[in-house]
Amino acid sequence: MQELSIRLPQIPDIAPLEPFDADLLRAMYRQMVLIRQFELKVNELFLQGIMPGTIHLSLGQEASVVGACMALEADDVITLTHRGHGQALAKGLSADSLMAELFGKETGCCRGKGGSLHVGDMSVGALPALAIVGASSPIAAGMAFAFKRQETGQVALNFFGEGTVNKGDWHEALNLASVWKLPVVFLCENNLYGVSTHISEVMAIEYVAERASSYGMPGSTIYGNDPIIVFQTVMAAAQRARSGGGPTLIECLTYRRGGHKRDDPGAYRPREEVEAWFKTDPIPAFRARLLKDERFSPSALDVLEEAVTATIDAAVDFALASDTPALTAALEFVYAD
Amino acid sequence: MLTDRTAPAQSSNRELTIVQALREAVREEMRRDEQVFVLGEDIRIGGSFLFTLGLLDEFGPERVLNTPISEAGFVGLAIGAAVQGMRPIIDFQYGDFIFTAFDQIIQQCAKLRYMSGGQVSIPLVFQLPTGASGRGAQHANSVETIFFGIPGLKIVTPATPYDAKGLFKSAVRDNNPVLFCVHKHLYGSKGRQLAKSSISRGHVPETEYLIPLGKGDIKKRGSEITVVANGQMLHRSLNVAEALESEGLSAEVVDPRCLVPFDTELVIDSVVRTSRIVIVEEGNERGGWGAQLAAEIANRAIGYLDAPVLRVASPNVPIPFSPVLESAVIPGESRIRSAILELMDQ
Ligand SMILES: Cc1ncc(C[n+]2csc(CCOP(=O)(O)OP(=O)(O)O)c2C)c(N)n1
Ligand SMILES: [Mg+2]
Repeated sequence: MQELSIRLPQIPDIAPLEPFDADLLRAMYRQMVLIRQFELKVNELFLQGIMPGTIHLSLGQEASVVGACMALEADDVITLTHRGHGQALAKGLSADSLMAELFGKETGCCRGKGGSLHVGDMSVGALPALAIVGASSPIAAGMAFAFKRQETGQVALNFFGEGTVNKGDWHEALNLASVWKLPVVFLCENNLYGVSTHISEVMAIEYVAERASSYGMPGSTIYGNDPIIVFQTVMAAAQRARSGGGPTLIECLTYRRGGHKRDDPGAYRPREEVEAWFKTDPIPAFRARLLKDERFSPSALDVLEEAVTATIDAAVDFALASDTPALTAALEFVYAD
Repeated sequence: MLTDRTAPAQSSNRELTIVQALREAVREEMRRDEQVFVLGEDIRIGGSFLFTLGLLDEFGPERVLNTPISEAGFVGLAIGAAVQGMRPIIDFQYGDFIFTAFDQIIQQCAKLRYMSGGQVSIPLVFQLPTGASGRGAQHANSVETIFFGIPGLKIVTPATPYDAKGLFKSAVRDNNPVLFCVHKHLYGSKGRQLAKSSISRGHVPETEYLIPLGKGDIKKRGSEITVVANGQMLHRSLNVAEALESEGLSAEVVDPRCLVPFDTELVIDSVVRTSRIVIVEEGNERGGWGAQLAAEIANRAIGYLDAPVLRVASPNVPIPFSPVLESAVIPGESRIRSAILELMDQ
């Protein structure tokens, strides 16, 4: 059997935090902690057998989604993947409506008709997630097409995993976005695996971003566990898109802490790889960095984390106390008036 | 640039073909609403059935987009644009190529509104040449049948110029995805075969009108038997019914015009009067819309029937190329006539 190449994290030089506003840094950390605690709580509820459905946790990938979404404007729009809880929270979905959606409650962001695989809220610029791998890329390009035609100045950001880049829809989307110079950012969360399959088994080049050149757009591969690097790279791509420069492909190297979904222990991953990546856990790393900056103190970050815990607990209470949809809701929203 | 030699004369009882009527409809809608735009392959020169002929000159390349051969890509793109408030019209060269965009249509387009709890709507028209036209199996699909069971899509199958224009304008204004399926033998575009019947060309008023989606139309009144048919089959059925009229048999011909929503009431009303029904469609018999209609009749009108419900459709085979085989497979006038006479004997 061919030996799989594993790809160990290469941590770049850490950029100084001084140039960044303290509120921005705090918000970044808060969003990452929110996602982390949300996902841990969801996992717990699942193990207790309380939560229905299937779940793909985004633990470990917080820095990529938070860095990316914080680089966007509030009215910019993202498309989400099957691993979408973190993407949704990062774009500003309330923990209440997200948790309620996972429980299939009528107070959920999709009134309980979407579930974990389809979370989203148009009012915060998160198109309800599309669970078919690759399908969202042309749709993101289409939203960008409308923004360009309507001259709204908005940008669309398309999230996808590295397992997506061998799908035809994905290629068609990148090509169209480039020939029509659409304001869209294609953002790959490369966590090395699509379910159990390592990227090197299914792609004959080393990095996803290499493909950008064949569509005539810029591409870059960055360390995705540093929210600052992601933030800066996406900011530049979004500015380029907004000013008429067209699309960009960004590949964030990251790692999921758990398996593909809750019932997958991820045993196919080499121990050496898992250990090396687990040491790069973006949340403790970012906390340690913040604490080297005199604007942050351990006690202030503790308070922030406790406040997040209270938010998550309240979201669970809200979801559990919410009503299930009336059965007639099953027949609603098939057609628009 | 091609010129359109069959441009409509501006007289009050002018007769148009379907493609002429559709070209007027799309132009009127594009003038009315800035958000309407058209995209598709080679539409700069009119597209394969000349549906977009002349559009580029009037509206420019910003609103008449020549796409790569990239059906999944541009269908997805149109979905995204529609989510953000635009009203795309996709001109498919042949409806047969829609299968390469199946996921975008069935999994994304048809379901996104529902699974988002009503957060989005997708006003999007697919202009789809459908049916067999002497090109072999891969260019002969009755695409309307394939999508018939998918909730979230509307399906229109116009058969006359008047209907095509009024229905197309409604489709563009509808807030849902609409598959607008015109039989390849019905456009009447230059160089293409046109099915012959008393209504395959027809009067189209110059004043604006709309026809609501979901309302059928009785194309010929009759009292002894109901024939329900759409698309090209409507013309064949009408030819048969008109011939039988002169032989003393009074057949009513009902055109549902839309498959989704379907005007079941119109058919029930008719069958209650005639007590006999034949359902004619071009697609393969298995899984056709006629099966659903037969079930509705059995459910709601069986007590009014003097004879079993009869269906005429293509047998369950791909459509063969050889012209003799194609016309043996696709329901022709003699099969429709035999079916009617068979029922009259019962
Ligand atoms: C078209 C399609 N094929 C297969 C699947 C099943 N599936 C769901 S997620 C997934 C892996 C996707 O990998 P990647 O894009 O890397 O995202 P990740 O799970 O790593 O976040 C697969 C195969 C699917 N949802 N859609
Ligand atoms: Mg992956």
